[in-house]
Order: sequence, then C-alpha cells, then structure tokens
Amino acid sequence: MTSLPEATSKKLGLVIDLDTCVGCQACATSCKEWNAGGYSAPLTDQNPRGRDPHGTWLNRVHSYEVGDDAQSRTVHFPRSCLHCETPACVTVCPTGASYKRASDGIVLVNPDTCIGCKLCSWACPYGAREYDTDDGVMKKCTLCVDRIYNETFAPEDRVPACVRACPTGARHFGDLGDPESAVSQLVKEREGFDLLPEMGFKPVNKYLPPRARRDQTAASAPQAAEQAVDNSSSLADRFFAWADRSLAR
Amino acid sequence: MHPAYSVIVFTTASGAGYGLLIWLAIAAALNLVPHDPVLGFFGLGVALALITTGLLASTLHLGRPSRAWRALSQWKSSWLSREGIAAILTYVPAGALGLGWVFGEFVPGQIAAGAWLAVPCALGTVWCTGMIYASLPTIRAWDQPLVAPVYVVLALATGGVLLILLLAVFGYDVRWAAVVSALTLALGWFLKARYWLAIDTANKTYTAEAATGLGRFGTLRPLDPPHTQPNFVMREMGYQVARRHAEKLRRLSAVLLFVLPILAGLVLLLDLPSWMQIAVASLAALSTTAGVLTERWLFFAEAEHVVMLYYRGGAA
Repeated sequence: MTSLPEATSKKLGLVIDLDTCVGCQACATSCKEWNAGGYSAPLTDQNPRGRDPHGTWLNRVHSYEVGDDAQSRTVHFPRSCLHCETPACVTVCPTGASYKRASDGIVLVNPDTCIGCKLCSWACPYGAREYDTDDGVMKKCTLCVDRIYNETFAPEDRVPACVRACPTGARHFGDLGDPESAVSQLVKEREGFDLLPEMGFKPVNKYLPPRARRDQTAASAPQAAEQAVDNSSSLADRFFAWADRSLAR
Repeated sequence: MHPAYSVIVFTTASGAGYGLLIWLAIAAALNLVPHDPVLGFFGLGVALALITTGLLASTLHLGRPSRAWRALSQWKSSWLSREGIAAILTYVPAGALGLGWVFGEFVPGQIAAGAWLAVPCALGTVWCTGMIYASLPTIRAWDQPLVAPVYVVLALATGGVLLILLLAVFGYDVRWAAVVSALTLALGWFLKARYWLAIDTANKTYTAEAATGLGRFGTLRPLDPPHTQPNFVMREMGYQVARRHAEKLRRLSAVLLFVLPILAGLVLLLDLPSWMQIAVASLAALSTTAGVLTERWLFFAEAEHVVMLYYRGGAA
C-alpha cells in the first residue's frame, strides 16, 4: 500500500493565486472547522486558552515581503499538502497508513493504522503534515475528500472547505491531470509553478505568481511636472497646483 | 531536528547491543574466547538486553505503540519497516547462538551457524537504522553517504568497548579485543570527522525563494508568521543548536567517544593486574557511553530541515 500507484486516473488538487490572496486566514479557519468534525476528526488543540496554545491545523498562511526595488511587495502564502505525484511521505511510511489514491491522486492517512512515528513529517519538505498529540496519529489535508464526493451537498459546495471560504477567489479546485480542465487552463495562462521542483516530488497543487506591477514611471512623471509649476510662477498657478494635489489625495 | 530522547536511547543502546553481539558471534565462531556458558550468558544477555531496551525505547516515540507490529508490513519501500523486520530476524540466529553457547548445542554446528548468521543480520539492522535518516533528502545533514556507515562503525566501536569490559570482568585475555576496538574507534573517528566536514561544507542549495517560487521579485523576508505559538512543524523540525555550542559538543564527543577509549585500549595492551584492567575498561565504557550520547544528540540537533525555510527564510 505504501508503494505508489503507477499512475492516477485524476490529479485532483488546488491552484492558489498569490496575486489575489489577501492573507485573511479564512481558508485556514474554515479548514480547521470542517476537518475538526470530518475525516480528520478529532483535530485537537492543546491548551487552547492558556499561555502556550497550539494545535493541529492542515493549512497555514504565511505573509512575506519580497524584493527591494519597484517590484517589491507583500505576498500572502497559504501552505498545505500539495498531493505530490511521487510523495516521499507515502513511501517512508512503515505501516501503509499513508497512501496515495490511484483513483484521484489524493494523499491520505488512514487514522486506524497510523502508529504516529512521524517519519512522514520528516520526509515532507512542505511541512504539510502535523502530528495530533492527543490522537496519536498524523493529520494532513484530505482535499476535503468528505465534501468533494458528497452528493447530498449542492454542487457548488462539493469543493474543499478552503476553496469555498476564500472571499477573493484565490483558491481553485479541479483535475490538474486533465489539460482541458479550468484549473489546468488557469495554470497555463498564468504560468503557474511548483514549489521546490528540484526536490523531485512533483507537487500536483500549483501556485499562480503575483502579477507584475504596472509601469510606475508614468505615475511618477507628472509629479516632476508639478514641481516645475510650483517653482516657476504666478500665484494662480501655485493655487491650482495646490488644489490639484489636495483633490488628488 | 528535535533530539527525541527515546530515539537517542534507541539508536545508541541497540547500536552498542548489535555491536557486542557481532563481536561475540565472531569470537565464538573463531574460538577467540572459550565457550564458557557464564560468559555466553552474561555477554549475549547484555547484548540482547541493550537491543531489546533500545527497541522498546523506540516504541515510546510512537503515538500509538500498541500498533507497532503494523510497521513490519511495508519493507518494499520503507527503511523503518526494513529495520523492524531485520531487528526481529536477528533474534533467531542470536538465540540459536546464545542457547548453544549457554546450554550446549542441540544440533551440531548450532553455534557456528548462529554466529555467522547473526553477524549479517545485526549489521543489516544497524544499516537500516542509518538509512532511515540517510534516505531523507529534506534534511541535508542526513542526506549524506557517510550517515549509514557511521551508524554501523559506531555500533561496532561501542560494542567493542563493552566486549573489553566483559572479557576483563571474566578474566579472559582482553588484548585482541582492545586492538580490534581501538582500530574500530579510530575508523569511527575518521569517518565522523569526514562527516562533520561534509555537512559544514555542503552547499545550501534550497532557498526560501525556491520554496515559495517568489525569487523572481528578489529576496524573501518572513513578515507575519501563520501562527503565534510554535506548531508541530516548528517544534519537531525547527530545533537548532547554536553553532558555537555545537562546536564545543563536537570536540567533547570526539574526546569521550574516540580519544579516551582508544587510549584505554592501548593501556590495556600492557600487562596490568586484573582489577586495573577492569577499572580502565569501565572508565572506557563510561566515556564511550557519554560520548556516543553526545554524538547522537548532535546528529539531530545539528540537522536542519528544508521546511524551516517557510518560517525563517534564507537557505538550507
């Protein structure tokens, strides 16, 4: 079971748009909320209202600053399981509790056979797995396997909780193995990329890069012109320049 | 990486146990020691007790120890599974050797067969232990060709020091064991020094920019962490010993694990009275124990995991 399937019929995964993510943590909290009662239950916290609270979460949102020049920016960066095509977390598992589904490529942990040795968390470069101290087993993103196939849900709800919760539409769910799917088209159009491709685990989830800034030189040129007006001239010119600046605020 | 005491005790205790088992098996097969039942009982008893203590300690690391038997199923892909199987298999020839040595052979050739089978089984088990770490490309300090060989040689070296003490206590000739141990310790020292040099000079090729794919915009600086308190990932993978402490501890472990026991081995080549042999061998064993515990603690504490790039930035 720990051996990987040669190929999967589908490659279900997420596409995360770093251009539109605003770092609101809605995906992280909705993930916690859903999974604390779903497949991953119990998803425990320790000392949640004490001085050193911590707990098991399957999705974490970092915020970074990147660059120093005109293209520098703040980027919010959600991080969860990438459902790799050749995941080391599965092959190192001594019990077969960790497995990759041949049908849709989802990487799951069987909570009834996991011994909690934590070796899979060592093997993952993405920090996708978090050990549940109280439950004694490893937890990870299930791609909401208990939502996406649930026929009692309305079709728009048959997506992972994080995708449903995202207020900016920065998270997309679909079959990345099908080149015609909406997510594959999006990746193609926006030049989506893999995290740490050189490690060779072939992540299925893709990230879309922040869009390039619009040319800032055009915006700064009129300022120079205003300065020139300032320095020259009549009271009327200076008044209009002042009015222009004030109204532009 | 977080240095878990259960794993440190497991790898050092079972390592020394397998080392002692290997030397006793070779000694029995080559008739380097008399087939004295009391020596066999205590020698193999100590070896198997260390091995078993270590294996039991390793189950304390598990969240669900009662399911540990499941770890024997995935030998096709998992070094941890292979290690479990090799560890259990080793009990069979070790048991045959021990029973033959202590109670006499039930079948002719039992001691020789048990001894010659126990050696590869024990070596294989320690090799698997090393490969659990050496097969993880996420941890540069472990993804090194010397990791598994160092595990094997240190098992032989620590087991060799125990063998000297055992022979000294029972009043048998310790000189061959002293020579063998000193040579193994010297090899261990050489390999460990090469290992430390290798991890100090290894290129840190994984960067936070590659981990996030944001390198196109320049250097990445963590701004807001995703959570206010350390989570499992940071507690397990984020442990880091200060560089200058690590250097001191490396020197300490080299002195305790290699220098003093090698000197003790040389001293034991002299014609010493029995009590002095026992005293020197005991000190060597104590020094080796402290040294190998320090070495193993450092093996974890010095190892950086790629995932910390997301939290700390920089390179790993």
